[in-house]
Amino acid sequence: MLEKSVQEINNKIKDGSVNVVTAEEMVGIVEDLGAEGAAKEVDVVTTGTFGAMCSSGLILNLGHSEPPIKIQKLWLNDVEAYSGLAAVDAYLGAAQLSETRGIEYGGAHVIEELLRGKEVKVHATSYGTDCYPRKVLETALSLEDLNEAILLNPRNAYQKYAAASNSSKRILHTYMGELLPKFGNVTYSGAGVLSPLSNDPDYTATGLGTRIFMGGAQGYVIGNGTQHSPTNGFGTLMLKGNLKEMSADYLRAASFTGYGATLYMGIGIPIPVLNAKIAKECAITDQDLITEIQDYGAGNRDKPVVGKVSYAELRSGTIDLNGKETPTSSMSSFKNARKIANELKKWIHHGNFFLSSPVERLSKTNVVKPMRQIQKIPLVKDIMSDFFVTIEGKHTVREAAKKIWENSFNHLTVVSEKGELIGIVTAWDISKAVAENSFDSVESIMTKKVFTCTPNEPVDLAARRLDIKGVSAMPVIDSERQVVGIITSDDISKLFARRY
Amino acid sequence: MKIKIIIPTERIQSPLIAESMVETGVLLNIMVANIDSTYGELIADVDTTLFHKLKEALEKRGAFVTTLDQPIHWDEEECVECGACISVCPMKVYSFDKEWNLCVDEKKCIRCGMCIKMCPHQALKLGD
Repeated sequence: MLEKSVQEINNKIKDGSVNVVTAEEMVGIVEDLGAEGAAKEVDVVTTGTFGAMCSSGLILNLGHSEPPIKIQKLWLNDVEAYSGLAAVDAYLGAAQLSETRGIEYGGAHVIEELLRGKEVKVHATSYGTDCYPRKVLETALSLEDLNEAILLNPRNAYQKYAAASNSSKRILHTYMGELLPKFGNVTYSGAGVLSPLSNDPDYTATGLGTRIFMGGAQGYVIGNGTQHSPTNGFGTLMLKGNLKEMSADYLRAASFTGYGATLYMGIGIPIPVLNAKIAKECAITDQDLITEIQDYGAGNRDKPVVGKVSYAELRSGTIDLNGKETPTSSMSSFKNARKIANELKKWIHHGNFFLSSPVERLSKTNVVKPMRQIQKIPLVKDIMSDFFVTIEGKHTVREAAKKIWENSFNHLTVVSEKGELIGIVTAWDISKAVAENSFDSVESIMTKKVFTCTPNEPVDLAARRLDIKGVSAMPVIDSERQVVGIITSDDISKLFARRY
Repeated sequence: MKIKIIIPTERIQSPLIAESMVETGVLLNIMVANIDSTYGELIADVDTTLFHKLKEALEKRGAFVTTLDQPIHWDEEECVECGACISVCPMKVYSFDKEWNLCVDEKKCIRCGMCIKMCPHQALKLGD
């Protein structure tokens, strides 16, 4: 069995005899030569990815002003940066939004503007001390004025991503883009065959200290990313790189409608092919990479899985979802991922980039916990009214009016003979019927399109639906469409009155 | 050619699209229709040589008709060619070629604006 060392490969980079291929090219090589043959032939496989990485940000040191200030609050182009670190250090999160422009402009945009050599407006405040007497500061700074501008990204380059779709009846604006109603489309992220961690699933090449391509410069992996979840194939990386050396070709601000700002990062990781096992892992294809399609329609943390697909299917442009041909959209750029893998290949070929062995491996057992919540989340069943009044659709408007009046209850749920919900009638509907002199059955005057909720749904979700739909009450139904209660905006107001 | 027809509130109850088509014999291929009890907006395709006849019939009945000859504007500098726009476009204006370059077939655009909200890089715009 062949076994190479990183040192041997670096020597080959130095003398120009190194053989580097991209992860895409490696697929065919392993097919032709087998894993052992490919390991003999190929020294380094380069990967690449270019997509939205919200958990990114910039550490900056502004230099000291005269008189000096110990910055307590700091804004760059009206985007707040965290400055609870010494006097003039700060951290600007990519996803932080502008206080004047909102969703369309965020920390990511400030980072891109700095990178493009533009000046940003700086506003800082403080309480003033004997050693830092200044209380307010206004200035403008560009990248070259900063002492340090270090990109420090807590969670980048997910090993894989779940794809997204939407069962609900309205367009959802998410971090996976616009999801069309009734499973109208599927969106996905990641570079598939070129994805860095998918080509290194055992984390042999990638760990603390691995030198990488980051935003067009040489950066480093500095450990596992937050929410690193290796046991189910969702590993992540924490990265560090010098913004001053980067290029706007590989670092771009973005804004997702209805969601917020984010940073598109270009990342490439070189994998030293030390043995046949690594060669085989680098030959992973889009067909091999399977991911789940999650339904964003419910709004819960645990999204229902509605299908499984390979990246090959996703990248073909349409997939079969529940028997229906559904168009797909990538939220990451494969063209740029390929450009990054090729650029890194060129760097290594030309002796401008040397490999480093990780000084510490990434965890393979880490488990991501959901948030511990000490307040019980109120569910619809906790606050709904068990008392509700129903009427069958065939009854007269007069009978409906009588029921409302007798029970002093404004919403009558209309049910079929089997007790299934078919509509809702309010005092307003009855007034309208009287005004129009139409006294047919309840069925003819009821609202047929009823918004509903279920007993085990969090109240927050029901409240959001009442708000978006502009209705004052929703029947609570079980899986057989039997009415089990009703929730009104009054019930929700009472919940808050109790809480505070 | 692509046209936009707006039906104001006071005319929403009358079947003016059907009436205009019957009167003129000019057929409309309706591509997007957003109509409720208060307002209507349609995007449709019509034979260029017959457009004026139909426009006259629609406007006589209280509708507003404008032509949509300015397709979507694609800012290639801002675009990162992710392809987010592909799945939301009802007319398949966007596609990838073999090298994963984004191709924009502007002729198919009906100016519905779906792609504008989808684009994470604000590289798509409509404007006259």
